[in-house]
Amino acid sequence: MSDNRLSVFKTYKLYVGGKFPRSESGRVYEVTDSKGKWLANAPQSSRKDARDAVTAARKAFGGWSGATAYNRGQILYRIAEMLEGRREQFVREVAEAEGLSKSKAAAVVDAAVDRWVWYAGWTDKVAQVVGGANPVAGPFFNLSTPEPTGVVTVLAPQESSFLGLVSVVAPVIAAGNTAVVVASAESPLPALSLGEVLATSDLPGGVVNILSGKTAEIAAPLAAHQDVNGIDLTGADAELAKELEIAAADNLKRVARPQAVDGEGDWTADPGTHRLTAFLETKTVWHPTGALGASGSSY
Amino acid sequence: MASAFEYAPAPESRSVVDITPSYGLFIDGEFTDAADGKVFKTVSPSSEEVLSEVARAGAEDVDRAVKAARRAFEKWSALPGSERAKYLFRIARIIQERSRELAVLETLDNGKPIKETRDADLPLVAAHFFYYAGWADKLDHAGYGPNPRPLGVAGQVIPWNFPLLMLAWKIAPALATGNTVVLKPAETTPLSALFFADICRQAGLPKGVVNILTGYGDAGQALVEHGDVNKVAFTGSTAVGKAIARSVAGTDKKVTLELGGKGANIVFDDAPIDQAVEGIVTGIFFNQGQVCCAGSRLLVQESVQDELLDALKRRLSTLRLGDPLDKNTDIGAINSSEQLARITALVETGEAEGAERWSAPCELPSAGYWFAPTLFTNVTQAHTIARDEIFGPVLSVLSFRTPDEAVAKANNSQYGLSAGIWTEKGSRILAVANKLRAGVVWANTFNKFDPTSPFGGYKESGFGREGGRHGLEAYLDVR
Amino acid sequence: MPTTLPAFADATASDSALRRFLHGLPGVDAVGLEARAAALGTRSIKTTAKAYAIDLAISMIDLTTLEGADTPGKVRALAAKAVNPDPTDRTTPRTAAVCVYPDMAATAAAALAGSGVKVASVATAFPAGRAALDVKLADVRDAVAAGADEIDMVIDRGAFLAGRYLKVYEEILAVKAECGSARLKVIFETGELSTYDNIRRASWLGMLAGADFIKTSTGKVATNATPANTLLMLEAVRDFRAQTGVQIGVKPAGGIRTSKDAIKFLVLVNETAGEDWLDNHWFRFGASSLLNDLLMQRQKLSTGRYSGPDYVTVD
Repeated sequence: MSDNRLSVFKTYKLYVGGKFPRSESGRVYEVTDSKGKWLANAPQSSRKDARDAVTAARKAFGGWSGATAYNRGQILYRIAEMLEGRREQFVREVAEAEGLSKSKAAAVVDAAVDRWVWYAGWTDKVAQVVGGANPVAGPFFNLSTPEPTGVVTVLAPQESSFLGLVSVVAPVIAAGNTAVVVASAESPLPALSLGEVLATSDLPGGVVNILSGKTAEIAAPLAAHQDVNGIDLTGADAELAKELEIAAADNLKRVARPQAVDGEGDWTADPGTHRLTAFLETKTVWHPTGALGASGSSY
Repeated sequence: MASAFEYAPAPESRSVVDITPSYGLFIDGEFTDAADGKVFKTVSPSSEEVLSEVARAGAEDVDRAVKAARRAFEKWSALPGSERAKYLFRIARIIQERSRELAVLETLDNGKPIKETRDADLPLVAAHFFYYAGWADKLDHAGYGPNPRPLGVAGQVIPWNFPLLMLAWKIAPALATGNTVVLKPAETTPLSALFFADICRQAGLPKGVVNILTGYGDAGQALVEHGDVNKVAFTGSTAVGKAIARSVAGTDKKVTLELGGKGANIVFDDAPIDQAVEGIVTGIFFNQGQVCCAGSRLLVQESVQDELLDALKRRLSTLRLGDPLDKNTDIGAINSSEQLARITALVETGEAEGAERWSAPCELPSAGYWFAPTLFTNVTQAHTIARDEIFGPVLSVLSFRTPDEAVAKANNSQYGLSAGIWTEKGSRILAVANKLRAGVVWANTFNKFDPTSPFGGYKESGFGREGGRHGLEAYLDVR
Repeated sequence: MPTTLPAFADATASDSALRRFLHGLPGVDAVGLEARAAALGTRSIKTTAKAYAIDLAISMIDLTTLEGADTPGKVRALAAKAVNPDPTDRTTPRTAAVCVYPDMAATAAAALAGSGVKVASVATAFPAGRAALDVKLADVRDAVAAGADEIDMVIDRGAFLAGRYLKVYEEILAVKAECGSARLKVIFETGELSTYDNIRRASWLGMLAGADFIKTSTGKVATNATPANTLLMLEAVRDFRAQTGVQIGVKPAGGIRTSKDAIKFLVLVNETAGEDWLDNHWFRFGASSLLNDLLMQRQKLSTGRYSGPDYVTVD
């Protein structure tokens, strides 16, 4: 292959409802690397793109939340497999996006793959860890089970464009939610490429929808959207986070606030379970027992 | 019910409770007047008799109470869990000892039947303190990591429908986990919280650990907005819940909200019909329907609708409405004239929108606030009374044809607190329960509560859970 | 033979039709039923209501002796007690009936003649019911011939539990035919039927077959009348009358020993079937020791003092 071959640029597109549309607005913005070199034009999503993404996420919710936890785990693991296969591409994109050396970028990508594996294993365990039978004082069987909150808006971290992104998206969908993800504004390319991985990983369309553009512009309609059930504000600064939390109160969205800076900048730390449980609801079902017989007590 | 067997009055004795003419705020272990000297009257809703005059907390009192709670926090949170546990066990025991007194007091101040305060509220209150007492020295094992830490000062605002029980749901887990509290009871039902303050004194609880501020919404607002409050817990209306969610935006305050509901009680054609009727009655007429998790929408399969409604009306005609202190009273008074006005207005809207009203034939006392058990038929999802929380003894009856339709209608609400399922088919119970977007699902029963059982809503019914291991999380510094 | 109730003629047309009908009745949730019975048990019945209830309960008693050791003397003493329960207070109502084995029916009839107190006789190879049909029918004929006003039969629980509902049904019809003008009480032995679903089915089966009363139990097994099984049977007679216009009586028997218990049952009647059943034509207590407790309570109400066993007669 000759050195002077003209390379083929990639047109980066949104990922919505399993498809790769351009922004409805027709607008794009320049994405540069850490040194200011032009990398690509990314779609600049509008409020209508946000709305379409919510529609797609809502449509996908029934199927995804109703899928067996085992099946969700299989698919999340498949995402890890697909990502591993495209490792070189992501190492390059992460290195460019975050100004990392190739080896550091490789470590980030490896950690992201491993994160998918971590959450793949969680899908069929979280109910056992956070749910269970409650010993009520009466002739009733009483069981608490975690269920996904619904459609969750995720503002991905601005700095950690890939490992951070995976760290906030994977737990949301592992729990059975569907997600509308707003990628890092400055470094959206790894996120948009992740859409291509998701599309080839048996993940039903609409479970994850990825938007690029100005965070505040996209997040405002999502925070106010009455058919969004939760919002993760990780990628918002303090001022925006407050504004969005106020808007989110209109339909009492579950809000995950940006975590305090200390410790949270490090996405390689043990993720724990808090992101998994942030968008889970506990449902408790009661049913009478004690119908063995009418001859006195059933016990 | 006109019957040869007319039950003679069987009133519980009022003499078991001694209500003094006035009460102060309970701050830092002492009863004290409001800084500005303001007071308000609390009346018995069944008679409109003034029971007592109570100090009305203002912003300055809120600040005093929060400071007291802050001062108490360091020592309280540093106590070994086993010691905190013993304080809570003491409180639980004293509540049991004084339960008749507290039941009568609650009935007087709230208007609910003594049968309920005696057999439901008070046993659950004591049980709740017992349950969380046991957690205080076992937090390492609760699934929130080793040595989980308390948050600090909890600002708690509770409603009037279960005054002492809501207090227990708030205070027991807060203290067990090492927080200190400032609690504001509702303005129409301040007394049982003040009696609880006395129980704290009897139990020797360190001063400042529990502070009680009687007052109105302004005091509640000042409390949740106070800069030195770390945790906000609120039970009440969705509108106020949303205002609180806005007011804590951008802060580090942890929030739990337990708000409104419009619970669907779904009756399939193979239901155990007599028990379903009882469950419907319990679902909407327990505590005069002033229950956030009330089964206020009856969804009945069309094929059994007529039969069920006949049985339901017959049953409602046997409900005994009247003196809440009478041990045979099933339906007590509405808590306040404001609440009665709200119920009345919504019922009028129901009639105006063309739903068909039926009210149980019962005589209403001339004094006090009363509303006869009422149901509406010919209701659709489009009716206001099928969507808005009435918070009164009013049932809206809708029909459905298939399980899918039942689930779709049940979920068609901005709320998601409770739901009921009545069918003898086990697989249908599990399938429907799985599809309902509600935090508590009662299958072949309704309105059952237990300290071990997490309670709380989906959607606009709020977030966070109270009760059980889950209830600890709201008061621990864990994410 | 189909029932005489046109609305249910199809239900009793064949064994399979009857099974389908009985299994199509609404199920019973045990916890809910027992909770409702317990809740009604918390009614507080005081002063005038209590006085009314005690007299009503006395008037509803089938004063019973069903012992191998029964003698004419014992039966006559019991009859005397039924007619004049409290010798110190002639305003005390009489019991509804005296209940004896068929061989004692004549003695009871003679002792009760003209008193208005009925003679009830158990029959059909009471209490097990394990005899050939013609033997059971002969038992009934004997009792009726000896002057029984009421026949308390037992159903064939073995047939019922084996799902042979039509056999049970036809046996009741046959017994009914032998009763003549005597009223028929059909005993299910609820403790042996074991489930509430079975009790509801048995209730409907008995009512379709022409029972005048449905009765819980013989008093000879571990679990007899309970608030819950009686509540369930009261629901059955209530629903049956709503559908057919025919009113059927209910008789809990066995295990009801105190006034407090009896009053709880009357509350169940009042708030389930309704006041139409608050009459000894429609509700009975199968009991023996209950009467003295009611009498002591009655004395307490009239004198204000607690009474004692020496102030009521032993039989």
